[in-house]
Formats: sequence, C-alpha cells, structure tokens
Amino acid sequence: MSAPPANASPKRRAPTKRLMAPSVLFLLVWMIVPLAMTLYYSFQDYNLMMPDMRGFAGGLSYELLFTDPVFWDALLNTLLLVATCLLVTVVAGLALALLFNRTFVGRGIARTLAISPFFVMPVVTGLIWKYMLLDPVYGLFSWVMRSVGLEPVQWLSSYPLLSVVMMISWEWTPFALLILLTGLQSLPEDQLEAVRLDGANRWQEFRHIVLPHLGQVLYVVIMLESIFFLTSFAEIYATTSGGPGTATTNLPYYIYLGAFFQYDIGLSSAAAIGAVVLANIFAIFLIRFVAGNLNAGSQR
Amino acid sequence: MTTSRVDQTPGRKRGAGGTALTLLAWLIGITMFFPIFWVVMTALKTEQTAFSMTPTFIFSPTLESFRSALAQGSGYWHYAINSVITAFGSTLVGLALAIPAAYAMAFYPSRRTDFTLVWMVSTKFIPAVGVLIPVFLVYRSLGLLDTRLGLTMLFTSMNLPIMVWMVYSYFRDIPVDIVEAASIDGASTTQTMFRVILPLALPGLASTGLLALILAWNESFWSLTMTDYHAATLAVYTASFKSGEGLFWARLSAASVLTIAPIVVLGWFAQRQMVRGLTFGAVK
Repeated sequence: MSAPPANASPKRRAPTKRLMAPSVLFLLVWMIVPLAMTLYYSFQDYNLMMPDMRGFAGGLSYELLFTDPVFWDALLNTLLLVATCLLVTVVAGLALALLFNRTFVGRGIARTLAISPFFVMPVVTGLIWKYMLLDPVYGLFSWVMRSVGLEPVQWLSSYPLLSVVMMISWEWTPFALLILLTGLQSLPEDQLEAVRLDGANRWQEFRHIVLPHLGQVLYVVIMLESIFFLTSFAEIYATTSGGPGTATTNLPYYIYLGAFFQYDIGLSSAAAIGAVVLANIFAIFLIRFVAGNLNAGSQR
Repeated sequence: MTTSRVDQTPGRKRGAGGTALTLLAWLIGITMFFPIFWVVMTALKTEQTAFSMTPTFIFSPTLESFRSALAQGSGYWHYAINSVITAFGSTLVGLALAIPAAYAMAFYPSRRTDFTLVWMVSTKFIPAVGVLIPVFLVYRSLGLLDTRLGLTMLFTSMNLPIMVWMVYSYFRDIPVDIVEAASIDGASTTQTMFRVILPLALPGLASTGLLALILAWNESFWSLTMTDYHAATLAVYTASFKSGEGLFWARLSAASVLTIAPIVVLGWFAQRQMVRGLTFGAVK
C-alpha cells in the first residue's frame, strides 16, 4: 500500500479493520470455533474407540453425565476446592497485605520472598509438596510433627483434598497479597489522617476506611481466583492423579480422564460445557466490571 | 499535614508493636519462601543426605544431582529448548498480533472498540478444558500434536487477551496528538506505529512481553495434554519425576531448580506488571 498524500485529513481513517483482524481471527480460530465444536460434540455419540459409530445423540451425553456419580463427585470437589482455596487465600492475602503495607527494614525483600511461590510452575509445586513437605515418613511436615510429639499424618491418602488445597493456597496467597497490597497503596492518606484525628481506633479505621476502599479490589481478586481455581489441573496431575478413588478428581481432571482414557468425546464434551457454564457464572460479573472500568476511562 | 512522620509511615503509625509486626512480616516471608529454599538445599545434597527422616541443614554441597538431572530422560536440554522456543515464540507472535490491534483501538477508537476489547478479554475466561477436546482432535488430524508450532499457538491464544489489553493500556498513556501530528506530517500508519509510537511505548511492551513469557513458561495444562516427546516442555520433564523417579529426591530437586529458577527470578522484577496484566487494569 502506498503512503497517503501529505494533505490528507488528520482525522483520516486508519486501516483499523486490517490492524485488528489478525488478533480477532486468531481468537476466533483458537477459542470460539473450538468452543462451538465442544458444544456440537456434546450432542454427538462419539467414542474414539468406535469412530465409525458416530451420530446425533440428542441429550444422551448430558443424561449419562447427570447420572454418573463420578461427575457429581467431581463437581462437588471442584466447588469445595474453589471455596476453600478462596477462603484461605483471600483471608491470608488480606492479612499479609496489611502487614506488608507498613514501612519496615527490608520490606521489599520480605515481600519478594513472600510472593515467590506464585512464580513456581504448578507441576513443580505439586512435586515439592508431595515429596519434600508431605511425605509421611521423610517429609518436613512429618519431621515437625514428630518433633513436637505428634503422630505424622498420611497427608495425600488421609486428607487428599486438603493437601491439594494447601498446595494451591501456597501458590495463590501471594497473588491475593500482591493485588490487595497494590490496592492498599492507592488508599488516600488524607482519609486515614482524618479519621485518626477524629480518634478512630485501628479496627474502626480498618472497618470504615480500608475495607470499603478495598471492596472493588477484593471483588476482582475473588472473581479471578475463582476462575483460576475452577481450572486447577497440574497440581492434581502431579500429585494425586485425582485419587485416592475420586477424592481429588475435579471437573478439569474428570474431563481429561474421560477424553484421554475413556475416549468418550460426547460425554467429556458435555462435561466441558458444564465447566464453561460454571466459569461463566464468575466471568460475567468480572467482565461487566472490566467493561465498566473501560467506559469510565474513555474520555481522554 | 500535622507531622512529617506520618508521611514516612503510610498506613500505620510506628509503635511498641511495630517491631513485633516487622518480625512477623519477615517470619511469614521466610516461611512462604522456605519450600523453594528447601528445594535448592536438597538439590545440593547427595541422595543419601536428601532422603533422611531428620532434615540436614549442614552438609557439604555437591553438584552431582544437577549432573544426573541434566541426563534424566532424554536430557534436560531437550525440554529446556522446547520451553524456550515455545515461550519466546508465543510471546513474539502475541506481540506481533497485539500491537496492531491495540494501536487501532487506542488511537482510532470507534463505537465498536470497547465491545471488541471486552470480547477479547472475555475469551480469556473460557476454561482451557472447554476447548481441549476439539483442539486435540483437530491437532491430531492436522499433525499438530506434539509439535512446537501447535503448542506455541496455544500459548499465544492463552496470552493474547492479556497482551492486547496491556499494550492497549500502555498506548492510552500516549497523547493522541502525537499520532495526529505525525499523520499531518505525512507519515503512514505503519511509519507512525514503528517510528513514533513503538519507541515511546517500549517499556510497556517489554513489561507485556515479560508477563507473557512468565505465563507461557509456567503453563502446564496444554504441555501435559498436547505434547509427549518432540515438543515436550519443562512441565512435562518435571512431571516425569512424579512416579518412581520421585524416590530420587536430590535429582528431583535439581530438576525443579533448573525448571523454576529463571522464571522465579524474572518474576521478582515483574511484580507490578503482573498486577496490571492479570487484573485487566481493574487494580492500579
């Protein structure tokens, strides 16, 4: 294309469509088309073991899914995992953010140490916890428990879901900490100053100034973490493989097993649609929030 | 302003409890980091000292485990090279796609811009399992399974919404007059983008690239499901220690250190960008 003449209108239209098309097409091809295909497969009778016996199955996959007790176990595990991890990471993250919002010697280093777990690859997190921390004989936890005179615990077989919660919380508390700390640092100092002059104590200060200010930030943390926790996979893959039994099989792992070990495309696709719907419950609120933010800033 | 002391101590007044809170903060920081420290320590031990019921803190360090970790399977480097190629490749492809799109949205906004941007962001919230099966089947028939190209594209699709959003937000910090001035001077869109805007936005683009690199490097879901050997990344390499090999703790630790060290260090420098990118600007 040749350059436009120098006297062109300054407000002339740039080739915006052509600039945006590659990104839009890419996301269509890699996200939207597969999503539509998942929906299509969920109405098909399709097993990779019997590729010739394909056909429209109506709602059969959904019927099978809803009568499969393992699916309900997986759904329950997923929700338990999301709820517990949210509770732990948000409460601990908020406490840590308040703690790290003070100035003290070496704050930057201490904060960097505290958020490091977030940058550890999930597979590695799983392995570190499975062996070096939670091993019933040689793990550090067992050593600590023996040192204080307690009986070591078989973490991964006796409390499998709790073990996975510990791993995920170790990784994601730093995320909550980091974002809540950023939120705290934008708290206007004069507001705090004002209530202090009015003689507010720390609890009142926290309750009436800090918490309302953090409301939005907490909202974002909760929504984002819910979506990430819904899709936890690598920690489970590397440690319990969904077991013992179905104790740690969550929805992503259930779909993975269904597609790659039972080759049941129809059933797994129906479950995948379930996962998408579940994620959307959280995502809709978050997207509305992001969109609201965009409009607020559109005057430039 | 009453006293200058308040300025120095945002959030909290210094008091008698101050030292205790400082110690607590340090204690928590060290505790959170301890598993990582412990893995580095274990990696420097022999298998015998690593595998003991009472942890040893004093020992003579050896690089033996690193040597055997490098030779694990078909060797650390096979996987490391795949990780480097897919992480850097997806970051570059992502930037190449995100920059023009963000440029159009930031400097030539129309009524549809917000919608397009929000739509892009919303694709980030489709769980990977929601597209796993079709991607697997299509990749299988196109011969893209276990290829670096296939994996790179999946990493790109995973990061593109975040990258478009971040580049857009950095472009918005640049006054729109600069683009208008350049176009009055007769610069074409391509010229304006490459000669005027990109240099100005370079720090922001570097941040975006860094975040995409970290996310792609640590990505495990697609690596574990779509690759097997040829394109297998460090996630697959480390996961290979999950069964019997897990008995060799020093080697497992050395492998873990080799896998996470570069990214944990990069992550230390990317804390702020992480917040900006992962929250889509909702938290500043």
